[in-house]
Amino acid sequence: MLNRLTTPHELPGKLFVVEGIDGSGKTTQLALLAKWLSAAGHSVVLTEWNSSALVKAATKTGKKKNALTPMTFSLLHATDFADRLLYNIIPPLKAGMIVLADRYAYTAFARDTARGVDRKWVRELYSFAVKPDMAVYFRVPIEVSTERLLARRVKLKFYEAGMDMGWSSNVVESFRLFQGKVLDEYDRLVDEFGLSVVNATGSITEQQRTFRKLVSQHLEIKDDHEYTDDLG
Amino acid sequence: MTTSTPTTSVEEPGGSGPRAGSYYGNPIPYLPIDSYPGKIIALEGTDGVGRSTQIHLLREWLEVQGYGVVETGWTRSELMQPTIELAKSSNTLNKLTFQLLYATDFADRLEKEIIPALKAGFVVLSDRYIYTAMARAGVRGVDRTWIRNLYGFAIVPHLIFYLRIDEKTLIRRVLQSRGMDFWESGMDLKLGDDIYESFRAYQRSLLKEYASMADEYNFRILDARRKVEVIQEELRRQISAFLAESDAGSPAAT
Repeated sequence: MLNRLTTPHELPGKLFVVEGIDGSGKTTQLALLAKWLSAAGHSVVLTEWNSSALVKAATKTGKKKNALTPMTFSLLHATDFADRLLYNIIPPLKAGMIVLADRYAYTAFARDTARGVDRKWVRELYSFAVKPDMAVYFRVPIEVSTERLLARRVKLKFYEAGMDMGWSSNVVESFRLFQGKVLDEYDRLVDEFGLSVVNATGSITEQQRTFRKLVSQHLEIKDDHEYTDDLG
Repeated sequence: MTTSTPTTSVEEPGGSGPRAGSYYGNPIPYLPIDSYPGKIIALEGTDGVGRSTQIHLLREWLEVQGYGVVETGWTRSELMQPTIELAKSSNTLNKLTFQLLYATDFADRLEKEIIPALKAGFVVLSDRYIYTAMARAGVRGVDRTWIRNLYGFAIVPHLIFYLRIDEKTLIRRVLQSRGMDFWESGMDLKLGDDIYESFRAYQRSLLKEYASMADEYNFRILDARRKVEVIQEELRRQISAFLAESDAGSPAAT
C-alpha cells in the first residue's frame, strides 16, 4: 500500500501547505510568506487547489450545470491534484525549491467528507500524495470567516457554500452549515496528520510572525538575509 | 486488501467477496443500495472482441422478452467524455491522472445511469466495467491496492462475461478495424519506438492482466474467436438461466 502522505519525503526541496476554510486568511498569509522567502533568496513555487488545465473543462461544465455529485466532485479534485503533484509540485521539490501549496489533500478530506463521501475512501484516494514538510491550519470560527467574506462582498459560490447539499436555500445559511461541518472535519485532521494550528482571528502581522517562525524551523537559514549558495 | 467491509460480506455461491448488486468496498454513504430489482451484466474484454455487437443483439433479445434495458459504456459520461478526449489528444496524461479521469467518468455514470436503472428494475448492459481500468492500471504499474480501493464504490455486477481472444487474433482484429492509436499501443509506456512492437507488448500484457482477474472477480469466460451468432447464443443461454432463477425468486415473474 502506498502511504506517502504519512511517510516523510526524501526530496531536497521543502513543501509547505496552508489549510483552512474560506475566509480564514490563509491565502493572504501564504502570499506574505512567499515574499519573505523570496527576499531571503529562496526559489519559491506556488500552487493552488483546483487549478490544473486538465480538469478545468469538466469542473466548469459540472459546476455550471450543478451536475457534480459528491463523488465526482471529489474525483475531479483528486485528478487536478494528481496532475499538479506530478507537474508542479514534485519537479520543484526535486530541484531543491520551496513549494507553497494553497490547500492540499486535507482540503479534500475535510470537504468531501462533509459532503458525505466515505472518510476512509478519500484518504486512500490521496495516498499517492507527498507528505508536506509542514501543513499549517489557519483555524477560524465560522462567524469570523463569514463576516470577512461578506465584508469583502465576496459572492459565495454554489459549491463552496455547500448549496449542492440542499441544506438551505439561503446561501449564507448554507455556507454556515456546510463550513461548520468542514471545520469539524479539520479538527479531526489536526491530530490525525499533525497539522500545525495558527489562530486565524489575530492580526495579519501577528499571524504572519507565527507562520514565519514555524516555517523557519524547517529551513537551514534562520536569518532573513543569509544566502546558502556561493556565487562563484 | 486492507478494506474489509463486514456489511457487504454475504458470499456468492462459488465465489468470494461481496454479493452481486452491492458495493465492492465501503458503500457510498449517501447512496445506500438495498436489494434493488435491476441487474448489471458486464461485457469485458480487449478491443476487437465484438462487445458492442453482442450488446446490441442482447438488447434486442431482452426487450423482445419484456425486459427494460439501459446501456452504459466506458468513458461515455456526459461530464467527462470531452475532457477525456481532450486529455488523450494532448498527451499530457500520466498513469495516475488517466486512472482518475476514468474513475470520475465511472462515478458519474454509476450515480446518474446505473444506480437509478437498478432501482427502477432495468437490466444494465455495461460495455466494459471497472476491470478495464484495472487491466490498464496493472499494465502501467499502478499500485494494485490503490486501484482496488479507488473502485470500492463500484457495484458488483450480477454477471461478468469476459470475451477472450488470443494475442494474434487480437492484433489482426484491431489492425483490420481502426488501426493502432497512441494509447491502445501503450506508447505512453515507452516500450520502444516501433509502434507495432509496442502495441504487441502492450496488448499481450493486457491479456495477462485480464486473465489474472478472472478468478478474483468471477469472470465467465467466453471464447470470442467464434462466430458472432455462436457467442450470442451462449450469452443468451447463460443470461436466460440467470434471469429465470432471479425471476423465480420475485413475485412479479411472468
